[in-house]
Amino acid sequence: MHQFVYQRPGSLPEAVEQSMQAREGLFLAGGMTLIPTMKLRLTAPSNLIDLTDLVELKGIRQEDNAIIVGATTIHAQVASTPEVRDLLPALAALAESIGDPQVRNRGTIGGSIANADPAADYPAAVVGLGAIVKTNMRTIAGDDFFTGLFETALDPNELIVAVSFPIPQRAAYMKFPNPASRYAIVGVMVSQGDDGVRVAVTGAGPNVFRVPEMEQALADNFAPEVLEEIMVSSNELNEDLHASADYRAHLIKVMVKRAVVAAS
Amino acid sequence: MSVTVSITLNGESVSAAVEPSTLLVELIREHFRLTGTHVGCDTSQCGACVVHVNGCSVKSCTLLAVQVEGADISTIESLAKNGRLHPMQQAFKTHHGLQCGFCTPGVIMSALDLIANNPDPSEMEIRNWLEGNLCRCTGYNNIVRAISAGAQAMRS
Repeated sequence: MHQFVYQRPGSLPEAVEQSMQAREGLFLAGGMTLIPTMKLRLTAPSNLIDLTDLVELKGIRQEDNAIIVGATTIHAQVASTPEVRDLLPALAALAESIGDPQVRNRGTIGGSIANADPAADYPAAVVGLGAIVKTNMRTIAGDDFFTGLFETALDPNELIVAVSFPIPQRAAYMKFPNPASRYAIVGVMVSQGDDGVRVAVTGAGPNVFRVPEMEQALADNFAPEVLEEIMVSSNELNEDLHASADYRAHLIKVMVKRAVVAAS
Repeated sequence: MSVTVSITLNGESVSAAVEPSTLLVELIREHFRLTGTHVGCDTSQCGACVVHVNGCSVKSCTLLAVQVEGADISTIESLAKNGRLHPMQQAFKTHHGLQCGFCTPGVIMSALDLIANNPDPSEMEIRNWLEGNLCRCTGYNNIVRAISAGAQAMRS
């Protein structure tokens, strides 16, 4: 990879300052996407600003009716923490499905959603559970966070501090994984909570999206049969050697049905 | 522009001057000449590079040396003591859990992380845990048997 300056700030203000001073700086969390990308020379930041020491970004806690996950929390921790397993098991299961054990020992929720890979799992959770993303500057509703292919609503020098997940009445995540990478060819988070039913799909399009027709049908009757008549369009869906757009459209319906059964 | 990285490596305090772009696997293999850890795919998939950082298994081809400043690193070389194989290594020998041996250090280091948190794993738990370790030779069945036997030996 190309050379860069490595910095390890001790506080959030220091991290933001370093980012503003850098010519083309990037924040580093677990590095499970950033390091491979730099090894392939697909990105060459002038500065890497390592967020590992920032206490403001650590930890999982329950607050009112929400689970708040610090941005540098590793997937292994989300998968194994008792509060998450008890109160939001769909989120723990999603975290456990990411990559492999070694990737889960380093990869973080903040890194995942800031990168916004179209096939990442966490975006489905953020949108499918109606989460709120807290940054050092503001809060961003999950529905507004993912804006395009590898694109988010984050400003330059803005970094994610935590993600707050409201605890639903019921939820489930179902993924049809790529057998090698375990990324989602199609991954679906279905939840029913205070603000109704959410169906969020990752892997199928340039970024995570909701399926309002399915949400309305499930709000009336939370059962897989109500989805039978709903056609999913393959327009705008991803097409690659792993799955055609038509197959992804088919998989969306299958995964949503399975998620509804699992959540019931 | 080199920086100094200080770590505990297999129980010994060491340090090295490296470029920030130096990968952890390069630090281990090239600076400290511990070549039991291997570079297979170099793209975070195969697990030949798995080592322990502060007790957790990680893919050393996907970490920078500078990221582990101050950490406790263990490699495959830390297992055998005074010429005696670690029970997990012995199990791989007994149960023919390797052929060419290229994936084996990574598999064993990965398995030891599983055992540390789950001393008596089921076959499915072992197979799921090995998601990040690829073997071209064995077809995995003897690897799973060896891990199961190694775990049992470590329990006694």
